[in-house]
Amino acid sequence: MSEVAVVEESAGVPGGPIQAFTVTLIIRRFDPEVDAEPHWQDFDVEMYPTDRVLDALHKIKWEQDGSLTFRRSCAHGICGSDAMRINGRNRLACKTLIKDLDISQPIYVEAIKGLPLEKDLIVDMEPFFESYRAIQPFLIASDKPDKERIQSVAQRAVFDDTTKCILCAACTSSCPVFWTDGQYFGPAAIVNAHRFIFDSRDEGSQVRLDILNDKEGVWRCRTTFNCSEACPRGIEVTKAISEVKAAILRGNPGLPSSDLVLTPVGA
Amino acid sequence: MEFEDGAIIDGVHYHQFDVVIVGAGGAGMRAAIEAGPKAKTAVITKLYPTRSHTGAAQGGMAAALANVEEDNWEWHTFDTVKGGDYLVDQDAAEILAKEAIDAVLDLENMGLPFNRTPEGKIDQRRFGGHTRDHGKAPVRRACYAADRTGHMILQTLFQNCVRLGVNFFNEYYALDIVMTKVKGKDRPSAIVAYELATGEIHVFQAKAIIFATGGFGKIYKTTSNAHTLTGDGVGIIWRKGLPLEDMEFFQFHPTGLAGLGILLTEGARGEGAILRNASGERFMERYAPTIKDLAPRDIISRCMVMEVAEGRGAGPHKDYVLLDCTHLGAEVLETKLPDITEFARTYLGVDPVTTPVPVMPTAHYAMGGIPTNVKAEVLSDNDTVVPGLYAAGECACVSVHGSNRLGTNSLLDINVFGKRAGNNAADYSMTADFVPVPKNPAGFVLGLVEQLRDSNGTERIAGLRKELQEEMDKNAQVFRTDESLAKVTETIHVLRRRYKNVSIQDKGRRYNTDLLEAIELGFLLDLAEVVVFSARNRKESRGGHMRDDYPTRDDAEYMKHTMAYLTGDPHSADAADHITLGWKPVVITNYQPMERKY
Repeated sequence: MSEVAVVEESAGVPGGPIQAFTVTLIIRRFDPEVDAEPHWQDFDVEMYPTDRVLDALHKIKWEQDGSLTFRRSCAHGICGSDAMRINGRNRLACKTLIKDLDISQPIYVEAIKGLPLEKDLIVDMEPFFESYRAIQPFLIASDKPDKERIQSVAQRAVFDDTTKCILCAACTSSCPVFWTDGQYFGPAAIVNAHRFIFDSRDEGSQVRLDILNDKEGVWRCRTTFNCSEACPRGIEVTKAISEVKAAILRGNPGLPSSDLVLTPVGA
Repeated sequence: MEFEDGAIIDGVHYHQFDVVIVGAGGAGMRAAIEAGPKAKTAVITKLYPTRSHTGAAQGGMAAALANVEEDNWEWHTFDTVKGGDYLVDQDAAEILAKEAIDAVLDLENMGLPFNRTPEGKIDQRRFGGHTRDHGKAPVRRACYAADRTGHMILQTLFQNCVRLGVNFFNEYYALDIVMTKVKGKDRPSAIVAYELATGEIHVFQAKAIIFATGGFGKIYKTTSNAHTLTGDGVGIIWRKGLPLEDMEFFQFHPTGLAGLGILLTEGARGEGAILRNASGERFMERYAPTIKDLAPRDIISRCMVMEVAEGRGAGPHKDYVLLDCTHLGAEVLETKLPDITEFARTYLGVDPVTTPVPVMPTAHYAMGGIPTNVKAEVLSDNDTVVPGLYAAGECACVSVHGSNRLGTNSLLDINVFGKRAGNNAADYSMTADFVPVPKNPAGFVLGLVEQLRDSNGTERIAGLRKELQEEMDKNAQVFRTDESLAKVTETIHVLRRRYKNVSIQDKGRRYNTDLLEAIELGFLLDLAEVVVFSARNRKESRGGHMRDDYPTRDDAEYMKHTMAYLTGDPHSADAADHITLGWKPVVITNYQPMERKY
């Protein structure tokens, strides 16, 4: 790792002078029109510590190899396009700063696992969205109110955490159960079910609890916490799954409680 | 030409739908929720729907629900008109403010988890330019869900599209609209789209087409906009010779993270945050004594740039001001503003709980765009409707925002006019026949793709784009002069010539984002030129358009909308040889223009 003697302020960041470094990214490439198998390729780029991994990928694409392919849009962690495996951990490239990685080592970047690889860092998201759609991710309510439905601050707080989900698939594609069993609904679908199961306005909880009580449902979760660690929105995913498990055991949503089932239950 | 739905002819796919919606952000999906159940509807989006930039909106959605204090839609209308520096069409603003109430209730009924009052009603907060009784004091009008209101709107609309089984074509880039001459008039007959996964071309014949393609903030370097906001939809319309309205008015949001442009919601100031200069002075007290830090965005951005220009900026280079949230307390930040708190921590390493955050204006929102009437029908001149063509959201110009949009009025706009577009397009498609598609409808797109794939030119996309964005930041930002705008014009002309000589490195068919970035740059160049040409022509200062050389508003001469048309070869050296400007009167109902003081 050679240190470059550039002492100038990063375009981005206010404050004192910051050193630029040469960072090596080792990226798992796959061109479906050419390659039989994925392969690793090195790129050296000059970056500032406060740059994002996404900035490094852009720098490679824009200055070295235009064929490097990845999804991105908002570039600040809200659209969910750029979940990828960075040094073996699922993260959003736009929320991972170079300085927060060990820059004495190369940075390994590859596509998220468990979904079909399409090209470089792009996977087929359709199986992921299929699981999402299967849990009926929409408010089910029979009343037709003239005004807003009343919901207390406390009732609203119960499912606040799971409303943050941006469907980036970082959690689902970090789950070892999902890697080996592509039929498993996966954490993201359960998080989105949780968001409605515990919404006081919703009447479809029992339907979703039944769906998730299926053999590919919540009982496949082995409580490894990978999903919670992977979530770029800080959602306590494992806790949400446990609250859904507890609701299934109780036979109704009631108020969430996860005490019962933080350890694996069932199958 | 004749074809069956689903046909593949010469490698091009052909589809038929009653309604085709281009774009799956807030406006597109709100339209789809109306059109989907009534008509065979397709939504074409260059992203996955939940990636759309509506999701980045933070602070709230305005509606005079009066849940926490006295309010009514007439006050909201007035604020919208005054906020837009009187260039707002007042009939449209009335509709916006009146229908706001149902728009919010619709979303709540669809499941949106708004923050709640102690009584369990939708909670409301203050926002810039929204006042009680015509400017007397700030009013709580913004309905919100923490500081992720846009995220919750996007998710709720997507959830309801899933419920209704809306037919999405994800990662399809719309690149052209096909116009067919019918009795001497150009009528839209189809959309041509590029499928990212395969590189194949699709023609979507439709009875009604809705553009909901969002903005084009990527003409600037410092912007809150996503990388994908390259104005493809607005550019497609422009290239057909249809007009664009009020393109000189671009909003710079005051509180972008310094140097990065990432948005920090105005809701922070709605909750009580204060802007301070290097000496800690609350400088907005000097400029807007009544509503101070809750003045509209155009005014605050100008004042921030002036503070820095006059040497009162903070930081080692005195090049930003500070957003002080420290007195709000950790609880307010964590519960009402959690995302922006995290953005400051993640991207600047600054904790807003204890330290003021460096901020500067960031290119945020296009007030101008594709002119429509209040039914969301696209206009081909000041008042002629293009039958079967609709637009809504940021890509459109109704005009409810005039020369400066109020915060929380854009999430409102996409819901009110997205709904109108969806309903009206579906109704139109029930009575209309398909307009026949001419021979080889995909010819333009096939040629464009082929030419870029085969080119071995020496110019690279990223370099040209960077030059454009830096030039726009430098010379067409918060303050402009004829001299600065002339420089941009010249730069664009040179970049356009160099753009002819670009090549891409990825020659493949699958997921070729290199190719699409090249096509997107073409749209950015076109739109930047219209922005700058329109801006040079408006020799006054109004709303988001601040001319140093003409610092005052001139109602006698410029109380009118700009209408720009492409009328010649875009490569001609003088923009005046290919852009023709006209004017369109402003609709005034109740509010005569007054001096704009806060």
